[in-house]
Amino acid sequence: MLSDKEREEIEAELPHYPRKQALCIEALKVVQLHRGWVDDSALRDVAGFLDMTEHEVDSVATFYNLIYRREVGRNVIHLCDSVSCWVMGCDSICSHLKKSLGIGMGQTTADGKFTLLPIPCLGDCDRAPSMMIGHTLHSDLTPDKVDKILRNCE
Amino acid sequence: MEKPLTEHITPGAPPLDLAAYEENGGYEALRNTLGSMAPGEMTSLVENSKLRGRGGAGFSTGMKWSFVPMGENAPKQKYFVCNADEMEPGTFKDRYLMEGNPHLLLEGMILGAYAIQAPTGYIFLRAEYRKSEEALARAIEEARRAGYLGENIRGSGFSHDIHLHSSAGRYICGEETALLNALEGRRAVPRAKPPFPPVVGLWGKPTIVNNVETLCNIAPIVRHGPEWFRKLGRAEEAGTKLYGVSGRVRNPGLWELPLGTPLREIIEEHAGGMRDGYRFRGVIPGGASTDFLVEEHLDLPLDFNSVQKAGSRLGTGTMIVLDDRTCPVGMVLNLERFFARESCGWCTPCRDGLPWVEKILEDIESGGGREDDLGILHQHAKFLGPGRTFCAFAPGAVEPLQSALKYFEDDFRRHFDGKGCPYHAPSAATGNGQPPSSSQGPETRNQKS
Repeated sequence: MLSDKEREEIEAELPHYPRKQALCIEALKVVQLHRGWVDDSALRDVAGFLDMTEHEVDSVATFYNLIYRREVGRNVIHLCDSVSCWVMGCDSICSHLKKSLGIGMGQTTADGKFTLLPIPCLGDCDRAPSMMIGHTLHSDLTPDKVDKILRNCE
Repeated sequence: MEKPLTEHITPGAPPLDLAAYEENGGYEALRNTLGSMAPGEMTSLVENSKLRGRGGAGFSTGMKWSFVPMGENAPKQKYFVCNADEMEPGTFKDRYLMEGNPHLLLEGMILGAYAIQAPTGYIFLRAEYRKSEEALARAIEEARRAGYLGENIRGSGFSHDIHLHSSAGRYICGEETALLNALEGRRAVPRAKPPFPPVVGLWGKPTIVNNVETLCNIAPIVRHGPEWFRKLGRAEEAGTKLYGVSGRVRNPGLWELPLGTPLREIIEEHAGGMRDGYRFRGVIPGGASTDFLVEEHLDLPLDFNSVQKAGSRLGTGTMIVLDDRTCPVGMVLNLERFFARESCGWCTPCRDGLPWVEKILEDIESGGGREDDLGILHQHAKFLGPGRTFCAFAPGAVEPLQSALKYFEDDFRRHFDGKGCPYHAPSAATGNGQPPSSSQGPETRNQKS
């Protein structure tokens, strides 16, 4: 079941679209915000609310890379690996992150604190390499700077 | 030099609010035309300005608008959509405009919506652009309160509202018809064309999709006239352009310059030339899906026609510089890995061809390449090219590949003798063979005159 708050937040978007199925992505984002990720029950809840089948909703959920169909850590690190960041050395930032966290790309630390994922160009190319954690963009990364940023994560 | 897009933006400062925007002539174009100028006249005016789309394709904006059915028999419901899904690797221009002057975009959208008589507008924004989202949400509220959005805008008889749609990722959403599917809540796969969106678009209704930078030009054009706009260009083509440079230059950044400013001037004067110890080898001029240009092209004016004649595309006008210590094969591998990952999987050449290209490049880069790999890569550049795939994604993906094969063939061959990448220093465990850069980037974006 969607919580009252989830339902309310999804319904707030309803007047902006002629069909409620258009809210599919928005609804998935809302439940993810409240539950951390989209598990099968979340999928069922969204499908029930939008009069869609679970499979339809899953086909949407699995398409978009910012909808998580697996459990993620409290801090999801989105490391830009597109061309400007690559030229400016994002591979070494990536190695540094993997080593510091003891995980590979796509994995979550055992304490559930961090998940590491790649992301297409963050539009921060003049300050590459860059990454995003939560809503915060971090630019001009160096290994030292990355250490500091990780230490400040809750 | 006139800079209608960025003149009021101060890097690092909060976005212009409604009062500041109006003080600088904002919404004057809207107040002077809505209800008094015929919608068709607005379209002609934009067509006469010779404005070409700044999202990458360079199509005439006014002509696109003119495809929308008008008159009594036209559908009442039409849509005006802003494509703010900036995700082309190396591109960081629309973010700058939205974070700096969101009302400039809104005014352009309202004028465009008036021209095609669309009651509903959407801004399709990538989710990662949080600051843009905040700036736009606030600007939309301000515009509603001031009567620039909503029922009967300023007594003009025209009603329009704009909704901000925050997306959930995937590069393909920037493709016009994939974007429409995403807005409808579906998987963002492209649609068959024709019919084109101006006739059959969002929920089957006539729909215009324009890029952020394109739309930011509209209010200045309506305010100052098409002739003024045409004269802003350096040579043949009209207007200014946001040019960006990233890579190992001294001063990476973004500048609004006359369309047609030569490549050399942008790299040497504005971006400050190459960093010490690095030489210029080439550039992809307009984001990841454009062909390399090299030293012989340095004096090329960067406008749509000149760049096309040189075998590439102006694209987004935000370029990525290749230096002499970065491996061109490694760079192309990075690009093709991106495209292979982001392919939506809808059509076979793209879904299966790009991972193949990626694997071959991986092999070459790691020393397992063979002479006939070059033939396979050339073949893929052809088979994934224009007319062979469902949308423009794969043709764009092979542009840097085919031009790298042309200009950097020797570099490919140097990988073939079993030694792997010649740029890889033996001590470098990972990466592209270079030590991570010390932070030389400025704290705020560079906006120089």
